[in-house]
Amino acid sequence: MKAFRYHRPADVADAVAVLAAEPQAAYLGGGTNLVDLMKLGVQRPDVLVDVTRLPLDTVEGLPDGGLRIGATVRNSDLAAHPVVRRDYPVLARALLAAASGQLRNMATTGGNLLQRTRCVYFQDTGKACNKREPGSGCAALHGQNRDLAVLDWSEQCVATHPSDLAVALAALDTVVEVHEADGPRDVPIADFYRSPGTQPERETTVTRGALITAVRLPPLPAARRSTYLKVRDRASFAFAVGSVAAVLDLDGDVVRDVRLAYGAVAHRPWRAYRAEQELRGRQFSPELAARAADAELAEARPLRHNGFKLPLTRAITVRALSELASS
Amino acid sequence: MQGGGENATTIDERHSSRVTVEVNGASRAVTLDNRTTLLDTLREHLDLTGAKKGCDHGQCGSCTVLLDGRRVKSCLVFAVTVDGRSVVTVEGLAGPDELSPLQAAFIAHDAFQCGYCTPGQLCSARGMLDEVSRGWPSAVTDDLNTPAELTDAEIRERMAGNLCRCAAYPHIVAAVRETAASS
Repeated sequence: MKAFRYHRPADVADAVAVLAAEPQAAYLGGGTNLVDLMKLGVQRPDVLVDVTRLPLDTVEGLPDGGLRIGATVRNSDLAAHPVVRRDYPVLARALLAAASGQLRNMATTGGNLLQRTRCVYFQDTGKACNKREPGSGCAALHGQNRDLAVLDWSEQCVATHPSDLAVALAALDTVVEVHEADGPRDVPIADFYRSPGTQPERETTVTRGALITAVRLPPLPAARRSTYLKVRDRASFAFAVGSVAAVLDLDGDVVRDVRLAYGAVAHRPWRAYRAEQELRGRQFSPELAARAADAELAEARPLRHNGFKLPLTRAITVRALSELASS
Repeated sequence: MQGGGENATTIDERHSSRVTVEVNGASRAVTLDNRTTLLDTLREHLDLTGAKKGCDHGQCGSCTVLLDGRRVKSCLVFAVTVDGRSVVTVEGLAGPDELSPLQAAFIAHDAFQCGYCTPGQLCSARGMLDEVSRGWPSAVTDDLNTPAELTDAEIRERMAGNLCRCAAYPHIVAAVRETAASS
């Protein structure tokens, strides 16, 4: 591991200033991903700016009925928060389905959103990876790509975003509050993540050195009827091979509103707008849910080893929405 | 290994820090290369070899300790980040001549074979039982809004961060169940 300097910033402005001045500096949150990547030689920062002691660790109700979650709130505390459990079960379920008890105690809200792909080629410095080493190629495209993307990938990168939390936040139309060198800014989560395109090393639309300070959930009474369904290769403590965040609002048996987002299918959490459009205003049935998923996945381009993700994603869409409809 | 040569770099002031941590009730101060994990600090600098290095990547749980009372994986924590905080390792779960109820239950239920994962299992279970007492739900909790009953399925899910290569899981579950029931 490369030697690094350690800086504990006095405030948000200090943290952002260090990142602006030091091209090889990185923020350190819970460390559950970054420390591992440093051990692997995938990330080699000169300076770690430890943001975990900044006063960004509170969850507060907002006047409009929404919720503001500080960037350093730990995943376990957020999952256990009584308002999250009651009003946004999709969020609590997504957090609880991720990692392990120890890692949830460490991982922060902001760090979770900025964690790196678990594509094995990205994590192996002996393999070509445009995300890790721009211009070096993509060993995954024609390699073992079972766990990788089926939607919106490029010849340069077929990685998926690993976060469960981000999928739930995408379904909830969350606003990401960031602090950049020229000040604070709100970014809707739909605009926060990038498609890989020709620059897979760039994963978000915010400037390098931007610090996430909080995420803001809008009020969404319908989210009381919401859930997160995740399929893994083992019963617990594994990344998703497929996941869905779902909010369902029924008027009788007619879909008044619905929010759907998929994990493990693309470079970013995948908000399923087309599926939502198919569902809204129609009488709910499992068949309708399957048709909606198919509409969303119509443009999917599965790789050699991951065609199973399409029927899997359809199946969990049907199951999640059917469970919500009968709850 | 990547960066092997860099590991040999002499410790210099820019890349090292004075760190004071309370470990098992006693204040300990050491000067460390910033790269030193909490796990390596405990094992290599403080002579506390209870916490074990299994995978060193946060996947096996054998390095689990309690940090400010909460279970964490010490292999993914740089020691410099815990300056001023409090750590409890397996050595601190009970006094030198006694066993905590959890440790006694592990022995009574034969909850290990080789024992390598056991310090991590014990610290994880201690932290997990505290989480249960705070009413935290898990991924297998049906109703998020009422405290979960600690069924075997709950214990297994909540202990998923600790692997046991000897597969003593049924006995670990029994030991944790008994400890929870008697506390």
